[in-house]
Amino acid sequence: MRQWRFEVFNRPSFSDVHGNSVLEEIKELGISSVEAVQSAKVFLIEADSNDDSAQRVGKELLTDPVCEEYYIGRSGPPAGLAKATLIEVHLKSGVTDPVAESVMAAMADMGVKTGNVRTARKYVLLGDITQSQTDTIAKKILANDVIETVIIGSEAEPPGPHLKPYEMQIIHWPICDLDDEGLTALSKEKDLFLNLVEMQTIQKHYRELGREPTDVELESLAQTWSEHCVHKTLKSSVDMSIDGRQLHFDNLLKDTIFKATKQLNKSWCISVFVDNAGVVEFDRDSAVCFKVETHNRPSALDPYGGAATGIGGVIRDPMGTGMGARPIANTDIFCFGPPDKKLEDIPKGVLHPRRIMKGVVAGVRDYGNRMGIPTVNGAIYFDERYLGNPLVYCGNIGIMDKNKCFKNPQPGNIIIVVGGKTGRDGIHGATFSSGEITHEYEAIFSHAVQIGNPITEKKMLDVLLQANEASLYEAITDCGAGGLSSAVGEMGKDLGAEVNLEKVPLKYAGLNYAEIWISEAQERMVIAVKGENVKEIQKIFDSENVESTVIGKFTDDKKLILRYNGQKVAEMDMDFLHDGVPKYSRKAVWNTPALSEPSIAEKDNYNDELLQILSSYNVAGKEWVIRQYDHEVQGSSVVKPLTGIKNDGPSDAAVIRPKFDSDRGLAISCGMNPLYGDIDPYWMALAGIDEAIRNLICVGGRADRIALLDNFSWGNCTKPETFGPLVRASQACHDGAIAFDSPFISGKDSLNNEFSCEDGTQISIPSTLLISAISIVRDVNKCVTMDAKRASNLLFVVGETKNELGGSHYYKIKGHLGANVPTVDLETAPKIAEKISSAIAQGLTVSCHDCSEGGLAIALAEMAFAGGLGIEADLRGLPKSKDCSRKDSQLFSESNSRYIVEVEPENYDAFAKLMLNLPFGQVGKVTGEKTLTIKAEDGKTVIELDLDLLKQAWQRPLDW
Amino acid sequence: MKQVRAIVLRAAGINCDMETEYALELAGAKAVRCHINRIIEDKSTLDHFQIIVFPGGFSYGDDVAAGKILANQIVHHLYEPIQKFIDAGKLALGICNGFQVLVKAGILPGSDKAESQDSVTITHNDSGKFEDRWVYLAPQTEKCIFIEPGRQIYLPIAHAEGKVVTKDDTALEELKSQGQIAFKYVDENGREGSYPVNPNGSVDSIAGLTDSTGRILGLMPHPERHVRPIQHPHWSRLKDKTDGDGMTIFNNAVKYVQENL
Repeated sequence: MRQWRFEVFNRPSFSDVHGNSVLEEIKELGISSVEAVQSAKVFLIEADSNDDSAQRVGKELLTDPVCEEYYIGRSGPPAGLAKATLIEVHLKSGVTDPVAESVMAAMADMGVKTGNVRTARKYVLLGDITQSQTDTIAKKILANDVIETVIIGSEAEPPGPHLKPYEMQIIHWPICDLDDEGLTALSKEKDLFLNLVEMQTIQKHYRELGREPTDVELESLAQTWSEHCVHKTLKSSVDMSIDGRQLHFDNLLKDTIFKATKQLNKSWCISVFVDNAGVVEFDRDSAVCFKVETHNRPSALDPYGGAATGIGGVIRDPMGTGMGARPIANTDIFCFGPPDKKLEDIPKGVLHPRRIMKGVVAGVRDYGNRMGIPTVNGAIYFDERYLGNPLVYCGNIGIMDKNKCFKNPQPGNIIIVVGGKTGRDGIHGATFSSGEITHEYEAIFSHAVQIGNPITEKKMLDVLLQANEASLYEAITDCGAGGLSSAVGEMGKDLGAEVNLEKVPLKYAGLNYAEIWISEAQERMVIAVKGENVKEIQKIFDSENVESTVIGKFTDDKKLILRYNGQKVAEMDMDFLHDGVPKYSRKAVWNTPALSEPSIAEKDNYNDELLQILSSYNVAGKEWVIRQYDHEVQGSSVVKPLTGIKNDGPSDAAVIRPKFDSDRGLAISCGMNPLYGDIDPYWMALAGIDEAIRNLICVGGRADRIALLDNFSWGNCTKPETFGPLVRASQACHDGAIAFDSPFISGKDSLNNEFSCEDGTQISIPSTLLISAISIVRDVNKCVTMDAKRASNLLFVVGETKNELGGSHYYKIKGHLGANVPTVDLETAPKIAEKISSAIAQGLTVSCHDCSEGGLAIALAEMAFAGGLGIEADLRGLPKSKDCSRKDSQLFSESNSRYIVEVEPENYDAFAKLMLNLPFGQVGKVTGEKTLTIKAEDGKTVIELDLDLLKQAWQRPLDW
Repeated sequence: MKQVRAIVLRAAGINCDMETEYALELAGAKAVRCHINRIIEDKSTLDHFQIIVFPGGFSYGDDVAAGKILANQIVHHLYEPIQKFIDAGKLALGICNGFQVLVKAGILPGSDKAESQDSVTITHNDSGKFEDRWVYLAPQTEKCIFIEPGRQIYLPIAHAEGKVVTKDDTALEELKSQGQIAFKYVDENGREGSYPVNPNGSVDSIAGLTDSTGRILGLMPHPERHVRPIQHPHWSRLKDKTDGDGMTIFNNAVKYVQENL
């Protein structure tokens, strides 16, 4: 077979959209010498074809006949342009290349036989560019070292794929005779991330067995015992000192978050904290499940791939919950360093926040959109301390039959792996995610990056839903962190399993048995099938070209046996594997920091402050991001992420209507405020819970059917002073869940989010707790949105405004942190939520918006410009505490549990009656003027701004 | 009344098939979602239907170009059966990715396949990125049976490659003179405009095309995502609306089949 090289260019009369966007990014880097960028697609195709059929492939398949042209062979720089630099970007060998796979299939349709196919991108940079500029452009814009190779001005094609076959050899990693130093060294050398106590436990076990472990046995233990998989920190026993007062928890999770769930004991909670996602009742026939995961480390190295596999992975959680759910919504919450950070201030080994953000958004976009799942809710938070450790939270909600919420694998069931093939991608992902990042990680852990192909996952989803409908399997789970090891190990935990690793279909030759077992290659699920159903289920998979392979069976001896070509390479006790991990006891400390309130002179006018807060990155509009996600697919949206008369206001939460034939809805929201954690993580966590719940209530969610999820992203929790805040936050989760009568149903933690710079300084992320929440909406026709609806309607504030500017955006723009962090009145807050929910259900309100980041003034501005209507507000009507007398604290305090509600004059009495005994007051009315006016208690105007100006201030910062 | 039967084509990466099936059912058709492999195995499958819909999604990941791989598959395996289907006076609708597929397979604007492929295509949005937004559409032709002339409708788009372009002005003039421009992007008041009124930079604000018979319609916006009033972004301000704008397309198709086939 001959290798054909095709280059596909845009015809000169059609704009090169990709080339132009690269040029724009080069300019953003401050390089002005590049005049133009031409981009081309490169295909390297081995085919049984003559010139004629190659021309046919070029013309009919690879090129758009109207706006593109192709060149067979390697084209030189454009004629007459001597100063051109040619750069090619190729995928590293072994990296998944979905386009190549599609091209092979399409050429088969054309009747042309192909061998290996690879794709690449070529860039022609015009202008007088220096070598170092070329390198910078290649490294910072065009390619990612982790997965791609750059070839500059060379004729050589990149190295071919892995072809060398694997020669079987059983490897033992002797451990029995090692001393402590040797144990630690072995763990480090093999990237096991097992600490000394764990290594000692394993050593003792193998001494008792009287043999040495094989490599794959130790790898299995390292993966199963990793922080990522067993959450040993959150389950440890804790001795906590709070301002010198001693507290003890036997098991932190069980004594806080689980405890609340258990105590609340809701009949509508179907399966909590046990499966891949938490499951709650939706209606009489259906249940919904929700899971949020982090994918921080991979996204730091490869923002696009890391985020794509983050969303791809979390989608498989509901797909692998119970007997499998159909995904109906995605959520995404990101934390980045400031996007305007100077390039020279970025630590070595770290990508620029703007590049990370663009890559992460594109990754979530491309994977989520291709899966056909609407991305409906999210948030983005910026802070200096996320520079080395960006956080990427991805969530997915699925719907399933209520009678299919539990798995039932039995001995004798056949183990089938479905979906993608296995490659070296993602090896050590689970253990990697449990360690700390250094400036060298990029080089050392590039193999931990995983590569996704959403279409493989979508095809797999399509057939699994059919197999589920036909009840052809007994259990299902996803291959996530830890790969087959985790999936088979978990499913067979109470049974036993035998797996023949040579059966597992591979992307390329050369993988050894241990790599096959722990690979975290994407888009794979494991199912347990009765022998008599194997043929029928595989027929369904085959019918839509989805690969499925029998790799072993479940047994009843509680042993995990792995073989390769008939030779036993592992024999492990399931009990030791799953329950052998030593229990930890940890120390935690929380000392309330000595903080004070700043002294800022009170002013007569706060126009500038309002505009400045609207333009701060955390508050500013995220339309640039939101529009890149398909939030309408599946036709279920009721309250969309962008709302208002011009579809550009910020919704508090999303509402979807997941069943075509029912008006029952699901409200989805989140809450997070890391800045409060710098003052007190207890109140940070309660603020997150209150905010997530407020958001649900604002759109019409029921107050009595709220389910919560926790996702902790923290620094190194072996440090008592880092762990202390996590304990504080966990206590708050317990107290919040009980007070709001809203159980946690699922959670996850990502610890050790610290970055070691080259000079040895450590950057730890701020303690970041994401609270995600869902609730039921009885009738979606009753939902409301946050935009002001009609002139002359009345505006009320329900909930008390206190002197709580600590951690506020107002203080932030003034350069202060403050001390008075917003608290939550656990007595009153749930009552307010319940009453607002009733008011909306009774149709007494036409819009509702919560006061959150930036406080009352921001919320009023958002309601006004989203509705295209003016607001006249008067702070005399504002319900407030005695100490909240200053104008700035009334305008910008971020006190929790506050709602702004728009009520039609004819509903005034009914609304006021419902709010009786709650702190509420009329703060103004909606007007036909295009102005926001706020009067202070003395009757003087403190804010008067044009709506367009307000909207521009809010939209501009992130309007990329 | 006659039972109208519609087939909704599935393939790897197609993801709007369920809501499209639902829209057709709302319009009174009996709709079936069917994987392309089944039709390739048994080409007489299409005989049982009067409407074929190519739904939205990312067929084969939109690898190479949007809709390209599926179009290639259709050209090599299903071109004749589909041609026969159209020639029998039946209806075809391509939505978003389905529109891209029909154009890249030379079925729209149609007549001669190669000439069609060489004169019109759909390419990357001027903005260079995927966008989800609601757009107003003004009908431009009286010959397309799916369209109610004079009725402006409001639908969401969600695509990265939705810019319709022609090889040259002659090709564009041809589309105009033959009445093959089905919809244009307009603003609320029916006027053409620049971004974001025309969300992708389509030449002449083209949002949809029909063939010479008026029985094939392809459009980038998603009528199946606006079949109930509550899907309208401003539904809470428009309490008296009884129907989603997208239903007009499905209702017209079903009515046409009932009256003519």
